[in-house]
Amino acid sequence: MADIEKKEMNSRRRFLLVATSVAGGIATAAVATPFVMSMLPSERAKAAGAPVEVDISKVEPGMLLLVEWRGKVVWVLNRTPEMLATLKKLDGQVADPKSEKDQQPPYAQNETRSIKPAILVVEGVCTHLGCSPVYRKDIAPADLGPDWLGGFFCPCHGSKFDLAGRVYKSVPAPTNLAVPPHVYLTDTSLLIGSDRKESA
Amino acid sequence: MRKITSILLIFCLVPLVSFASGPEVKLDRPQLNPGDKISLQRGAQTFVNYCLSCHSAEYMRYNRLRDLGLTENQISDNLIFTGQKVGELMTVAMKPKDAKQWLGVPPPDLSVIARSRGPDWLYTYLRKFYRDDSTATGWNNLVFDKAAMPHVLYQLQGEQSLSVKNVDDGHGGTHEVKELKLDKPGTLSKTEYDAYVTDLVNFLVYLGEPAATKRVQLGIIVMLFLFAMLGLTYALKQEYWKDVH
Amino acid sequence: MSKRLESFIGWIDERFPLTANWKAHLSEYYAPKNFNFWYYFGSLAMLVLVNQLLTGIFLTMNYKPDASMAFASVEYIMRDVNFGWLIRYMHSTGASMFFVVVYLHMFRGMMYGSYRKPRELLWLIGMGIFFILMMLAFTGYILPWGQMSYWGAQVIISMIGAIPVVGETLSNWLLGDFMLSDAALNRFFAYHVVTLPVLLVVLVVVHILALHEVGSNNPDGIEIKANKDPVTHIPVDGIPFHPYYSVKDIFGVVVFLIIFTGIIFFAPEMGGYFLEYNNFVPANTLQTPDHIAPVWYFTPYYSMLRAVTINFLWIDAKLWGIILMGGSVAIFALLPWLDRSPVKSIRYKGPIFKFALTLFVISVFVLGWLGTKSPTPLYTILAQIFTVIYFAFFILMPWYSKIDKTKPEPTRVTE
Repeated sequence: MADIEKKEMNSRRRFLLVATSVAGGIATAAVATPFVMSMLPSERAKAAGAPVEVDISKVEPGMLLLVEWRGKVVWVLNRTPEMLATLKKLDGQVADPKSEKDQQPPYAQNETRSIKPAILVVEGVCTHLGCSPVYRKDIAPADLGPDWLGGFFCPCHGSKFDLAGRVYKSVPAPTNLAVPPHVYLTDTSLLIGSDRKESA
Repeated sequence: MRKITSILLIFCLVPLVSFASGPEVKLDRPQLNPGDKISLQRGAQTFVNYCLSCHSAEYMRYNRLRDLGLTENQISDNLIFTGQKVGELMTVAMKPKDAKQWLGVPPPDLSVIARSRGPDWLYTYLRKFYRDDSTATGWNNLVFDKAAMPHVLYQLQGEQSLSVKNVDDGHGGTHEVKELKLDKPGTLSKTEYDAYVTDLVNFLVYLGEPAATKRVQLGIIVMLFLFAMLGLTYALKQEYWKDVH
Repeated sequence: MSKRLESFIGWIDERFPLTANWKAHLSEYYAPKNFNFWYYFGSLAMLVLVNQLLTGIFLTMNYKPDASMAFASVEYIMRDVNFGWLIRYMHSTGASMFFVVVYLHMFRGMMYGSYRKPRELLWLIGMGIFFILMMLAFTGYILPWGQMSYWGAQVIISMIGAIPVVGETLSNWLLGDFMLSDAALNRFFAYHVVTLPVLLVVLVVVHILALHEVGSNNPDGIEIKANKDPVTHIPVDGIPFHPYYSVKDIFGVVVFLIIFTGIIFFAPEMGGYFLEYNNFVPANTLQTPDHIAPVWYFTPYYSMLRAVTINFLWIDAKLWGIILMGGSVAIFALLPWLDRSPVKSIRYKGPIFKFALTLFVISVFVLGWLGTKSPTPLYTILAQIFTVIYFAFFILMPWYSKIDKTKPEPTRVTE
């Protein structure tokens, strides 16, 4: 190594080393960006997630309509006056009776968790681990006990929700069922996935 | 020698670009401007009006046309005639099987047609239709002999006919020169029609690679950065190599 | 270095030879100090390999190896996936640039005699890498399932069918069908994304280990290890790879990236050479395109494939073409034993070798150019002439390298 003159790390060398490292770091981050971004939902996924228009004129009182939006199920439930009456009675048994947790748009933060009192629009996805609960309108069945006034029961881990999608106390699910953004285009036409009419 | 190679390489491009079927016709070059959004919008309008009824562009989403400076509402109001949603693909209602029965061959998808045929071919093709009673559609084309497609834009261009002349080639022989002449004028003049087709081809080129504009923009930034890096790394290398004698 | 970092590295060194490897391969790997321009391409090949692996992984996230979906999934990547177009162009441009870099790397070896003793095995491993690379290029080119993918593969597969006796069975076994179809696409995808990349990475590691065992050659073709400092036992003409060649290679990388990204961003099709126009037409099993040509890096071999037009010595022309094509690649592996010159580097070799190498390079370029053209009688004769020149370079080497008038090698490397 006779030909190499060992030099101290002079200030110019240190400056260039730091500058190149910083530039190299920026370059690496810049290269990583498109790769990371490519894993976000694609245009196809976004198109599939577009708002869905639903005709609810055929949904009789007591009937549940299943709608697919963004690959998950959204329930449209037409509640009878008797069903709505159960909600008040259950205020003491549910964890978040006033829907204070952010699980719904402001226009659904009310007693019935809906825009129109009768029509409930919620995502049919259990807030515990994502199973889809079962609609159980039968009152006081053998498996759910005499206090059951109708609601949704998750078969995976036994979470219970009332007819406004409010979660019962002492079940695995932490929060009420989520209300997706939705808006009425006409009296019988519902747009799920957006709360702006123009998105239709 | 590297110069010779690059010259040789350039020569190789010629046959690849002009692989059009049918007789050898000199292709005309349109004046395309991918940055001209008004031209692209006009092209898009022509495309959905005339092409999309038979041809699909099934890799392209309608809402991508926002690239042309349009809003989603403008797209659904002016460019979608199929009742589709703005996020859907530019498909065509005609089934390939029916198309085959009606036209002999299913019309090809046009998403990447500008990338396979090239803009020059498309520009020439769309302007070189002529009346020919011997074909099923009554139309023939100078760059695509016996094309299954009829002249969809004839009301605009008018009707042309073919005349073949034998011209002295200067070496004692003759060779054929094919020329088109306008018999019945259309609603557009020749200049207007050429501009109309230019807009359409401009759009088809965009359609072939919608990301192209963004690609070039990003490329300029990357180049500027790399040239800065070049100076820096060269200085660093020189600094270290001072040690080596 | 801070005390804490030092003790952490000490902790690792007791369990894994980190510092030892760092020294053996970088900070105390002594490379000749006279590397020139031609010595950038090894590290650049590594860079392109990383690029291909990285972009390849991200492409598999959206690509569908299904004959009915493959073409559409590529366009999906180009349009609907965020930055999918960039990742795909990086991969397609990377494929061509891999060959550019590897061809220049091989040419460097030919100029400076890097295949000669003691680097014969290093050269053979390199040939293995080259072979795997060709397989990768072939299997990768099929994946978009365009017209060129399909018909290009069809031509190559038909060659296997030409092998006497077992050919047809073999090709059916390779394709998993009686023709090129979805089954083949699906399995070629498996080779392209798993089998071949793993083999390639392993061979590259082995290549570098072998290089670091024998040490790098240099433009003078002399062994720097023959002249060591009596005290330190370090080659007098050697400098530590790190930092000297690491900073130099980083500069080379930036130059390369300017060219590489220039193509990606401003000419990704490279005039039809990197992405062929006909491959933007979905595969049509009933109609061959008017003009089919392989991608540029295969065109010299393709020319030789169709150069033989007569049956000769009980073997028909078709099989001869295949033999020549295979031979034109395989013959590189014999170089270490064909070269009988007393010197390694072109700098000290005589005029005959320089002439032969120039003629060889010209023949590669002409054959490459002819491979992109449709054959005509004139082109076929040209292909035949240059095929003979190509092979003569190798076959006559034992003779001309011996009689060539060489200059004496220096004892120390020159600037």
